[in-house]
Amino acid sequence: MGESNLSKSYMQSLIEDLRTSKLYTDLQNAAQAEISKPTIRLSEIKKGVQTGLTNSGWDRKLRNAIFNFLQTHPKVPYPVPPPEHVKEPLQFLRKAQLQWEKRILKSLNSMCTELNIPLARRRPDKEQKEMLQKWTELGIEGPDLSQIRPVYAPKDFLEVILGLQNPNYRTSDTAGFFAMWGIVQVPLKVKSIDELRLQYSDMAINQCQSGIDDFVDIPQELFDMERVKLGRKVIAANHGPIAQEFSKKGCPTSLREHLWRQILCIELDEVDVLYYEQLKVNVLQHDLLVDSLLYKDVKLTATNDDQYFVFEDFLYQVLLPFSRDTHVLKHFSQNSATPPRSYIRGKLGVDEFMVLYPPNGVIPFHGFAMYVAPLCYLYKETITLYYVFREIYIRFFYRLHSISSHPQGIVALSLLFENLLQTHEPELFFHLKSVGCQPLKVAFKWLVRAFSGYLSSDQVLLLWDRVLAYNSLEILPVLAVAIFSFRKTNLMKVQSYNAAEAVLADLTTLQVIPLIQLSLFSK
Amino acid sequence: MYQNQGLTSSRMARLKYATDMDKSVLMNNFETRGWVPVSPDDDWNFYWANVQSIRNIFSVDCGYRLTDDQVINHFPNHVELTRKDLMVKNIKRYRKDLDKEGSLLAEKDENGRYIHLDFIPQTFMLPADYNLFVEEFRKNPNTTWIMKPCGKARGIGIFLVNKLSQLKKWSRDSKTNNFTPPTSKDTYVISKYIDNPLLIGGKKFDLRLYVLVTSFRPLKCYLFRLGFARFCTVKYNASINELDNMFVHLTNVSIQKQGDDYNAVHGGKWTVQNLRLFLESTRGKEVTDKLFDEIQWEIVHSLKAVSGIISNDRHCFECYGYDIIIDDNLKPWLIEVNASPSLTSTTSSDRIMKYKLINDVINIVIPPGQPPDVRWNRVPAKEHLGNFDVLYDEELAQQDMVSGDPKKAGTMFRGKRDGSRPSPATWK
Ligand SMILES: Nc1ncnc2c1ncn2[C@@H]1O[C@H](COP(=O)(O)OP(=O)(O)OP(=O)(O)O)[C@@H](O)[C@H]1O
Ligand SMILES: [Mg+2]
Repeated sequence: MGESNLSKSYMQSLIEDLRTSKLYTDLQNAAQAEISKPTIRLSEIKKGVQTGLTNSGWDRKLRNAIFNFLQTHPKVPYPVPPPEHVKEPLQFLRKAQLQWEKRILKSLNSMCTELNIPLARRRPDKEQKEMLQKWTELGIEGPDLSQIRPVYAPKDFLEVILGLQNPNYRTSDTAGFFAMWGIVQVPLKVKSIDELRLQYSDMAINQCQSGIDDFVDIPQELFDMERVKLGRKVIAANHGPIAQEFSKKGCPTSLREHLWRQILCIELDEVDVLYYEQLKVNVLQHDLLVDSLLYKDVKLTATNDDQYFVFEDFLYQVLLPFSRDTHVLKHFSQNSATPPRSYIRGKLGVDEFMVLYPPNGVIPFHGFAMYVAPLCYLYKETITLYYVFREIYIRFFYRLHSISSHPQGIVALSLLFENLLQTHEPELFFHLKSVGCQPLKVAFKWLVRAFSGYLSSDQVLLLWDRVLAYNSLEILPVLAVAIFSFRKTNLMKVQSYNAAEAVLADLTTLQVIPLIQLSLFSK
Repeated sequence: MYQNQGLTSSRMARLKYATDMDKSVLMNNFETRGWVPVSPDDDWNFYWANVQSIRNIFSVDCGYRLTDDQVINHFPNHVELTRKDLMVKNIKRYRKDLDKEGSLLAEKDENGRYIHLDFIPQTFMLPADYNLFVEEFRKNPNTTWIMKPCGKARGIGIFLVNKLSQLKKWSRDSKTNNFTPPTSKDTYVISKYIDNPLLIGGKKFDLRLYVLVTSFRPLKCYLFRLGFARFCTVKYNASINELDNMFVHLTNVSIQKQGDDYNAVHGGKWTVQNLRLFLESTRGKEVTDKLFDEIQWEIVHSLKAVSGIISNDRHCFECYGYDIIIDDNLKPWLIEVNASPSLTSTTSSDRIMKYKLINDVINIVIPPGQPPDVRWNRVPAKEHLGNFDVLYDEELAQQDMVSGDPKKAGTMFRGKRDGSRPSPATWK
């Protein structure tokens, strides 16, 4: 990976992280085992142990653990900034996120008051038993949801983002040298089309890709076979960076689940199984208001979706334990968001009685379940499904619903979408804008959901291949622009927002990879 | 999107159609083509008839003669394939005949099971085979069986059986049947219940695939790509207590629709593409390809089983609804073939799919741009196949055998076969 210029403090935290991991003890035990082998020579004990560990695959595991750390921990500049700067360096965005969180919490609390239900309550034993019995079919008789409303939807969130203004920066000044037609007011640096072309050069038109739907063509068939063959070798190497490199051209369907696990460094053992079981127990013990929100969300989205309805029950088995999972809290050190706090009744503001609510710190919004739904095509074991989702969430998806200046955050992605569309399709942008249809108003929900539920299932997976492989969400706005380009002829005819939305309502027939290729590389 | 249709309207006299069914997917297709509605008693070119009308038209005493520019949507004696008891009878006979010929296809394993042609659940007719059934039942008394009235559809009259006492009424020597010979109303088939169906999300489903036949001799058949899986709304549960719960066991839309958990947005229907994506992702490509190849294999052989017996009237074509259950070993079982698969649309994507189905059927049976003529060679141009793939064309297969190109004859879902089976071109 050529990361030679890692700072000393970064190395320290890496070592610290490794030392506290299970891998550390496992490695120690494995080293012990090597030492006690009769073949080991006392004079060359270090070398012998090292070779032994390499031969038995431990060195791969260590490399993967380091890869995982590098992927999930941004390099910290020197001198080390204060923690709130790591979360979000721009003060006005920190403030805006805080305000937004307050609003969410307020609306949650008022729902409690209105419906006269607590944020959390202990389930009586009998109820726990019943729930345990129908754990795999929670969809059948869920709680009464008639009064439950999603706390917010992407369009509410968009309003907030549109209201963001940097107080030290007057937009009117810039109008002269670079007129922005879009509605995102925050000046952030986003990539240019040339930078994106470079970043996604493996997707260039002359590079064959997996999963381009061209079954009859013999060369494609041959190519697919070759891809599978190579993919098997990649999997056998069991090394995250290799899997990631390979996936840049898309994963063959039959290898995807394995490649993704390697990229995400997910290797499950008994501890993980026990951990999930414990989360399940926590679900059984307490009934949280967020459970109802999650239920409601599944019912509003996946249950009614002809691609995902069969997986309804899996979604509960993932989402409910997820809300109890305090491991998720870890990602808040990089997230501009902060887990909501709540106080035991009557102890408002007293720190000892403060709890994070929900335990994982994530309040679901309308469409949240769709982050899990496509994964159900890949993992039929709930446990694997759970851990893969959790990892994808804390690496990527949290950025799609919190306010930050991060290049992968939703604000920058929205801006990137507007910039690209304006440079790429000025005529189209101008037309839409002049009939009262700001493109982002249509595209925002696609971005927030990473297109899940909008594209057909196979296409979402092909898209997410690229998210994981390039370790970046920037492909989302690129695709959004490509879709506008592709439907340009019809969009140029619309005279209203509703008409534009109608043209873009059904994306299930799209083949995303050729679209992205066209849009990125053909002009 | 539907550029293949209606080319005829300006250049030729507009086609006259008749139909017994006031289904919008049919009417919309006819209207888009600019066809003119006429009564079934008039000179129609294209008649989408129900099976009752077919019986009348082809009955001996009717004396009706079809002309060369008339096309109709059923074969006269399609019941040989589409009535539950007759289908089973014909498949059994087909296997026996192959066995007598010494065909490799009729190869059996050490238990006497057909290796290549064991694709329908073991089935008996009641009351005719009552004694045979009892013998079989006693061999495996813990098996569940499914009773289905021969003449009914949409799940009506179906029930599960796990005790002989439930069948008193159908035993040969029972009083009720001794004096009156059974009519087709009281005849049943009883089949081994597939109690290990493949479950997805814990639920049972079956496949509905559409197969178009334009000729039985030589056999010419097409498989529609946009088939779907129909899911039960309730978790599958093989326990005895649930034997009466038809929401668990029957996947018929007409049954599931009555359940509390029926969802009108998707109607419990999942596309074959999604099924394929799921299976390939979770189980791998080889087994998934094998499954889909086997499904095609079974369809072709079910058609071959009746190809000698169907009256191969050249005015006829037929679009069958195949019902297939996949078990948890990924083996497909042919359950039933429907002569008039439902054209009612339960959801909007259902409507689109069925519209395409009818559109593509018409383009294959009446080549666009040409007047209907039953003497044509029935080799539609590739661009007129729409969402259909050639499943098998006996004529082309034979030509290719002669010209030494065994690969070309059958186009598969995915074009690949596993080596353990004779390749499609050698299907006889
Ligand atoms: N042998 C079997 N094992 C398991 N399930 C079966 C079996 N036979 C039938 N079923 C279930 O019962 C349903 C109805 O069976 P079948 O299609 O034979 O009857 P039907 O009433 O003619 O239905 P329809 O006319 O609507 O197709 C099937 O869709 C399937 O779900
Ligand atoms: Mg049926």
